[in-house]
Formats: sequence, C-alpha cells, structure tokens
Amino acid sequence: MATSAATIEHVGHAHAAEPSFIRKYIFSTDHKIIGIQFLFMSLLFLLFGGLLAMAIRWQQGYPGSPMPGGGVLPETMAPGGILVPEFYNSLVTMHGTFMVFFAIMPLLVGVYANYLIPLKIGAPDMAFPRLNMASFWIAVPAGILMMAGFFVEGGHSGAGWTVYAPLSANPEYSGVSLGQVFWCVSIIVLGLSSILGATNYITTIINMRAPGMKWFRMPLSIWALFVTSVLVLLAIPILSGAVIMLLFDQTIGTRFFLPELGGEPLLWQHLFWFFGHPEVYILILPAMGMVSDIIANGSRKPIFGYHSMVYAIIGIAFLGWIVWGHHMFQSGMNPTLGTTFMISTMLIAVPSAIKVFNWLGTMWRGNITFTVPMLHAVAFVAMFVIGGLSGVFMASTPVDIYIHDTYFIVAHLHYVLFGGSLFAIFGAITFWYPKMFGRMMNPVWGKVHFGLTFVFYNLVFFPMHSLGLEGHMRRIYDPTEYEFLAGVQGTNEFITIAAFLLFATQLIFMINFLGSLFRGARAPANPWNDNGLEWVAPSPPPHGNFAETPTVYRGPYEFSNPNVEEDFLPQNRKLPGDPEPAALAAGR
Amino acid sequence: MDWILPPGASTFAGEIDGIYYLILGITGLAFVIVEAALIIFLIKYRNRPGRKAYYTHGSMKAEVIRTAVPAVVVVMIGILSGGVWDRIKGRDSIPAGAYPLAVHGSQFEWNVTYPGPDGTLGTTDDFSKRNQLHIPVNTPIRVRLTAEDVIHSFFIPAFRIKQDAVPGMEIDLWFEPTQTGEYELACAELCGLGHYRMRAAVTVHTAEGFGRWMTDESQTVAQN
Amino acid sequence: MRRLVFCTLILGLGCGGERASGDGDAAAADAASAAAAGPMGQASVAGTISFEGAVPANPAIDMAEEPDCVAKYQGAPTDPQVLVANGKLADVFVYVKSGLPAGATYAAPSSPVVLDQDGCLYKPRVLGVMPNQEIEIRNSDPLLHNIKAVPSANRGFNISQPSEGMTTKRKFATPEVMVPLECNVHGWMNAYVGVVAHPFFAVSAADGSFTIANLPAGTYELEAWHEKFGTQTLSITVPDTGEVPAAFTFRASAS
Repeated sequence: MATSAATIEHVGHAHAAEPSFIRKYIFSTDHKIIGIQFLFMSLLFLLFGGLLAMAIRWQQGYPGSPMPGGGVLPETMAPGGILVPEFYNSLVTMHGTFMVFFAIMPLLVGVYANYLIPLKIGAPDMAFPRLNMASFWIAVPAGILMMAGFFVEGGHSGAGWTVYAPLSANPEYSGVSLGQVFWCVSIIVLGLSSILGATNYITTIINMRAPGMKWFRMPLSIWALFVTSVLVLLAIPILSGAVIMLLFDQTIGTRFFLPELGGEPLLWQHLFWFFGHPEVYILILPAMGMVSDIIANGSRKPIFGYHSMVYAIIGIAFLGWIVWGHHMFQSGMNPTLGTTFMISTMLIAVPSAIKVFNWLGTMWRGNITFTVPMLHAVAFVAMFVIGGLSGVFMASTPVDIYIHDTYFIVAHLHYVLFGGSLFAIFGAITFWYPKMFGRMMNPVWGKVHFGLTFVFYNLVFFPMHSLGLEGHMRRIYDPTEYEFLAGVQGTNEFITIAAFLLFATQLIFMINFLGSLFRGARAPANPWNDNGLEWVAPSPPPHGNFAETPTVYRGPYEFSNPNVEEDFLPQNRKLPGDPEPAALAAGR
Repeated sequence: MDWILPPGASTFAGEIDGIYYLILGITGLAFVIVEAALIIFLIKYRNRPGRKAYYTHGSMKAEVIRTAVPAVVVVMIGILSGGVWDRIKGRDSIPAGAYPLAVHGSQFEWNVTYPGPDGTLGTTDDFSKRNQLHIPVNTPIRVRLTAEDVIHSFFIPAFRIKQDAVPGMEIDLWFEPTQTGEYELACAELCGLGHYRMRAAVTVHTAEGFGRWMTDESQTVAQN
Repeated sequence: MRRLVFCTLILGLGCGGERASGDGDAAAADAASAAAAGPMGQASVAGTISFEGAVPANPAIDMAEEPDCVAKYQGAPTDPQVLVANGKLADVFVYVKSGLPAGATYAAPSSPVVLDQDGCLYKPRVLGVMPNQEIEIRNSDPLLHNIKAVPSANRGFNISQPSEGMTTKRKFATPEVMVPLECNVHGWMNAYVGVVAHPFFAVSAADGSFTIANLPAGTYELEAWHEKFGTQTLSITVPDTGEVPAAFTFRASAS
C-alpha cells in the first residue's frame, strides 16, 4: 500500500536535516503547522469581526451618540465619533464577511481539517503538502485585501455580506466602488484557497487512511470534514463564478445583475444562495463532527447511532443543495417555488433531529465528566437546538413573510453560528490544544470563560428573537426612526451592554490561549483518555506524525467497553483475537 | 422580551399569527423536552468514581421513532403553511376588484401612485404622493410594486405583509386592512445609506374618509 | 495621524490610499500656486440677468412626511428652480469661459464655501468653487440627508449626514461646469456646483445682479448657466480699471 511507503519516506525526512525556521514555521508543508497558522490567522479575524460587532451594537444601543474611541476613525467613517450610515452598512457587511469567510470557515475547515485529518486517520501528512501550504498563503493576501477595502475611497462594501445586486453591482447606488472590487477579488482569491484545501482533504481521506481505518471506523469529525470538503469543492466555484460576474458588472460594464439592458437582480440571489446554503452547512457540519467526538469522550460512552450520525451528515449536506430558495421567499420568486423550498427545508429538521437525539442518547447513562471541551460541546447541543427550532419559523413561508429580514433571522443565525459553531470551536481548541502545543489550557479560566460566555451570549442573542417579533428590521442604522419600534429601544440597549460584556469575556480566552502556550501544564500523552489515533503520536507530533503507521482495529468511540479494564479503548490497541496487522493492510 | 406578536391590523394577521403560535407551541414543547432531557442527563449521569458508562452503540427502534415524529410534525406544519401562503402570495390570490395602487421604491423614498377618483391606474387623474400611503379599511388593496434602482422591500409590520421590490420586475401584492388608524411602511431590504429612513406613513381611512381624502387630494393636484 | 492610529490598530494590514480630500491634493495645489500665480487686475464686470416671458411655476414639494422641514416654511414649500423678481433671474452661474492667458494658474482660497441643507433644500442652490477649494457641507435639519455628487469630470461621492449640525468637507479636483448634487432621501433636493480654474465667476443674486472682480485687462468670453434655461455666452473687453457692464437675457423655453 502506498500509505506505508509514504510514511516511511516522510518519517525518514523528519529525521534527516532539521529544516530552517522559515521552512519549518512560515512556509511549512507540515499539515500541523499549516493548521496552526490558520488558527492564529482566523482567531485574529474573529477578534476583528467581534470589534466590528461592538461598533454595530453601539450604534443600535445608542444611535447617533459618539462612540467611545470612535474618534480615532477617519472622518469618512465616524466624524466626531458618530458612525455615519454608510460606514454602519460597511460594518454590518464586513462583520458578516469576516466572521463567515475569514473566521468561522477557516477555523473549522482550515484549522481542523488540516490538523486532524492526517492525525486521526493515521497518515503522515496531507496527500499534497505543497498545495496545502499554497492554500494558506493564498488565504493571507485575501485577508489583507479584505482589510484594505476599509481604506479605499468610497469606503468598504456596504451591501451586506450577501452583497445583493444591484446595490453591490452599480457604484452609483452605493457610493462604493473600489471597496466592492476589493471584496470581490478577496473572495475570489479566498475561494481558490478553499478549493485547494478541499481537494487535499478529500484525496487524503480517500487514499491515506491507516490499515484497518475503514470508512465506518472514521471519527465523526473526519466524516463531517470529508462531507464538508465535498461541499466546499462543489459550492465555492459557484460563488467564485457569481462574484466574477459581479466584478464584471462593477468594473467593465457587463449587466448580469443590472436590469437595464436585460440583467436580472434575482440571478445574483439564486447563485449566491445556491452557494450560500451549502456554505451554511460548511459552517456547522465540522462543528457537529467535532462535538460528536468530544461528547462521546466526555460521556465515556460510544456515540449513539454512529451510522445514522454519518447518514445524517450526508443527508444534511444533500438537502443543503435543494433549499436555497428559502432565503428568497419574499424576493419576488414564483410563489409556487416557495412551497417547494419550504417542504425541502422542513425536511432538514429530520437529520438535525437525528443528530440532537443521538447526542442526547450518547449522554444517556453515560459517565459525564465536565471538562472544558465537554462544557462547550454540551452548550453547542443546547444552543443548536434553539437555532434549529427557530429555523422552523422561517421555513414556514407565511410566518417568514413577517419575520424575514428582521432580527429574528439575526437571532437564528447567531444561535447556529455562535451558539453552534463557535462553542464547538472553543471546545475543539481546548480539546486539541495539548496535541497542538504540548501544553494544557488552564481549566479554571476555561470554565470561567465558558460560564460567562454562555450567560452573556444568551443575554445578547435571545432577546433578538423578540426584537424580530416586533418587526425590527435587520441592518437598519437607527431603529428610533420608527414609531412601532419605540418600545424596543430598551431591549436594544440591554443587548448592547450584554454584547460588550460578551466581548470582554473573550479576553479571558485570549489570555488563557496565549498564556498557556508558555505557562500551561505539560500535557500528558492522552489527557482526555481518548481513543483517536492522534493521541498515539507525541504532543506536539513531529513532521511525519507517527514513528510507525498505526493499525486500526475498531471504531473511535469504544468508551467503557466491557472487554477492557479502562473506560477507553484506543483504535490502535490490539486485543487478543483482533486480526494481525498484515492481514488488515492487505485487506483494506 | 416576550414571544407575543404585536397587534395585527389586516386579514393576514389572523392566519399568520395562528401558524406562528402553532409553531411556537410545537417548537416550545420540543425545546422543553430536549433541554430538560439534556439537563437531567447531565445531572443524573455525571461522573461518579468507580462507575462505568452503559456500553451501547444505539437502538434502531428509538432512532426510527425519533426520526419519524419530527418528520411527520414538520411536514404537517409545511402543509398548513402552504395553504396560508397560497392565500396570501399565490399567483391567483388577489381578490377581483381589489383597489389598485402603484408603489415605486427608489433610494430612499416610497412613491405611491393613486388611481384618482376614477379608481383606475394609468389614467390622467392619477397622482402620486411621497411616503404617504392612504387606503380604505376593509377593502382589498392591490399594490403593483416596482423599484427604481436597487432592491427595496415593502414591509408593513401591522399588516404582516412583506414583499421585495425588484428593479426590472413588476410584482403584485395584496392585503386588506381591518382597522383604521396610522401605521408604518418600512423598507426591509438593505438598499443603501438611507435604508433605515425609507419610511412611509400608512393611513387607513374609513370608506367615507378615504372618499373625502381622495376628493381633496385630486382637487389639490388639479389646481397645481 | 488618525488614520495611522487606526491602521496600527488593525495590525497594519493594508492601509490603502484614501479619498480625494487627502493631503496629496492640497500639497499639489500649494505647489501650483507657488509656481505661477495667474494675473489679477483691477477691472470688474457688473451685470444683470434678465428674464423675459411667462415665468414657469415652481413645482410644489410633497414635504408632508418631513414635519421638521415643513415647520421651516410659512406656506406650502415649492422647489425654487426658477427665481424671477422684477424680470431679473437669480441663481445663474456666470464665469469667464475663455480669454485668460494660457498657462495662468490660480491658487484656491483656503476658506471653504458653505453649502447648507436647511428646510430640506440646498442653500445656496447654485455655487461656484475653485478646484481643490473645500466645500463645507452642513446639515441644519434634524434628519438624514445624503449628498451625492454626480460629476462627469471629477470623482463622485455619496455621503450622509444623519444628524443636525454635522459638517463634512469635500472638494473637486478638476474644472467642471456644473457638478450636480442630489439628496436621495429627498428626491427634490438639487444643487449645482461650478468648478472653475480661476476666481472669475459669480452667481446672480435675487435681483439678478452679479459681479466678477479683479479681472486683468483683456477680451473674454463669459458664459451664463441656468439649470432650466441652459447656457448663453457673451464676449466682453475689459480695460485696466473700471467696471464693465454685461447683460444676459434668458427667455421662457418653448416647452
């Protein structure tokens, strides 16, 4: 098998000459270093996206008042510290853009697909290490371009992260020309990075699994990342194509999305959401997978219904392709299509329910340890339930008439993306931190951070449901313009205060994350008593990962197996009666 | 901070609010069941020394039931919703003889064209008002919605009606106000820097009051 | 400096070029003025703009949904497109179109020209500036105005002033007669900026009078522009000193 040959070659390499600092940490082809590079980059963007959110909340809570610290902003953004509407629109747009494309997506896919796939399937590295390096170093200029957009004439894109045409396509309507061009180019470049990454992940998972690592012995995190990579590979080209068309409308006078001379504004929405809904699952499936790993570990119990969990991931991914129209119920699309998309959307409740119930089933009669990763994983389940259930309201076409484009959708998407994905990310960071850096994050501060985040998070986003039910439109600069919203300003102010506290709480995480790099307790070989192959390698693993390719005898969730004394049973531990490694290697 | 919808003032409010409360009831129940189970499991099965978890890989029977129940419930919600949707937004839903208006959204104004005393759009007695929508109570209103530049969205919260106005498209929508009074028309789709202020006053008159208003306005227009 | 701080704040990533009002343009203007100051004289042109024919009625403004602006008017507000008093036409932009020595350059004054938004109308409606001279845009209304410049030779902008008392400075770099300004929140609001490369321009007052001072001796082509009635030109010769009369007459257009 090619795998073992590759392993030997790689390991041989690792033992040869020590590579230079630049080759080792900057232009590295090691999937672990690339994963860690993505981690630092996307955490920076997460922080920046959070800062933008603070400015948004300031304006919503205290419309028209000078923002503290707003004086450092140029006059085009905030004269005298007062945010102007065009900058507010850029804030809203860029908060969404940075969080979706530069924080959550790379945190889940860039970081954990990179870091975990080879380690968890027993491979020495990715199938295409140089492609992998390219995918990171292509993402960096994309990020720089997106940042630079703030400083060009006319300001940054202000058309929302969904950049609906014609507002985005014709500078005359927005006052934004260069900013939108920067947005487009950055997304196209980032898309290339994602496609390279996805190609790599898919190839690696298909071809480089260790002997005995059958498809249905893969951890759910790897299943989720595999399915996600397929989604990325299929969805991102659609976005790139659409964005190129938008860029042409902006710059060289095509009229794809502009109705004069026969363009069609709704075409943009169809293309964007045909990408965008799979994108939504790109942002949640890896989180679900990693949460499954953490919950089985924390419950000391096999995952409940492993096979249906796999099928649910695939089912969600498939349904993701036929529901895009639910973003467009009120768009002027043929109303008959609305009913079709409603039914397909409602069906997503089924695989989602399977997953939630199976997480509950995993905890049922378990032996639950409340480690920091487990707390975050449990919070993921609790919050994802809210996000999933609030989705039913919007899936119902008549109810959507009322709550579409209100704060109800803002609440919903944050329950899925923050309550869901971000809690999973905090869990994953804590869980695999010892593997990445050989040290533990401080569990006490971890719990403090978790508790405060959980409370403030809910204080921020739960009341947004009721704002939406009052009809509060999203993306409006000043809600006090409307009499029917006069009653909700108190709620807006409350949310703003809670949001500041939520942001401040993240400083605890930052300090814990950075501080533990140097002062964290040395990690034991298998700190969570987990079964995954990644714990076979040393922490942090050397280039090439495994001294000897592990052999896999069973699935990843054999916790509390009655055949062994301990409450865990690593995938590579050979028990009497297991087949010989040679037989496994030949039979794979 | 509550889950109650604000009072509605159109014929749509009853049905939309009804489906909303139905979904609220169902999802509320699901929420309580799931979160309660989660909390109970966390407490009951918390780590205790010397105990091992129950070793099981799942139960097909339990999974089938838990899959079937939500499937049936959501499909039921879907079927109920589909009926209401057709009555509100369906292509043939607009009642014959609905009072015609034309609303044109542009950055950042709603221009409402009235049919004038003859009640027909496209005739010489038509006139337009900026950001003022006057309509008679208990009469189906048909709005022909267009947009000048970018996408706007016609949203009257009290009437539970929302419809995007798309440049290059003519979209018909309808609603029937059931209470006289003052309401607000907002733009619900980000349309640029003045989006938040793209607001029109909605006045629902009695039938007689609307007749008087129409007479007054058309005379004023004629004088100019 | 502010920009620098902000850039540092966001990790020094990509601080691109900034807007036209950046320091580069001002520096360029200073350099030009130092290099060659165009000739100034002691003569002036004093003229009037007359109007003949039936004065078209200014359209009524449907301002009902802007009570804060309506409150600033006695009766029903109209859009002052054509202002005629005693047969004299106001808001006509008059400037020296040609005749100045080739290569003469003039420095822009350092004082800005004020453009106010008051009662949901631009005041003044017609104004003249020199390239790179600042226009100080003010909002005297307690509500949102946006100012969208739709030039053909210059870079446009589209900015907003959400609250009363806000001021924003903008300038145009290239001569252009006229740059239209509009407010999209109030579709009736229009203003026109004449950008002229020298200081020899004026806008006719309510009595139709205008004065262009400090002209050097020479023969010039004057152009008068009105938003409804188009342009007219007139050739005048100016001595070393004294006041030269100039008269334009606009007529009600056929339509």
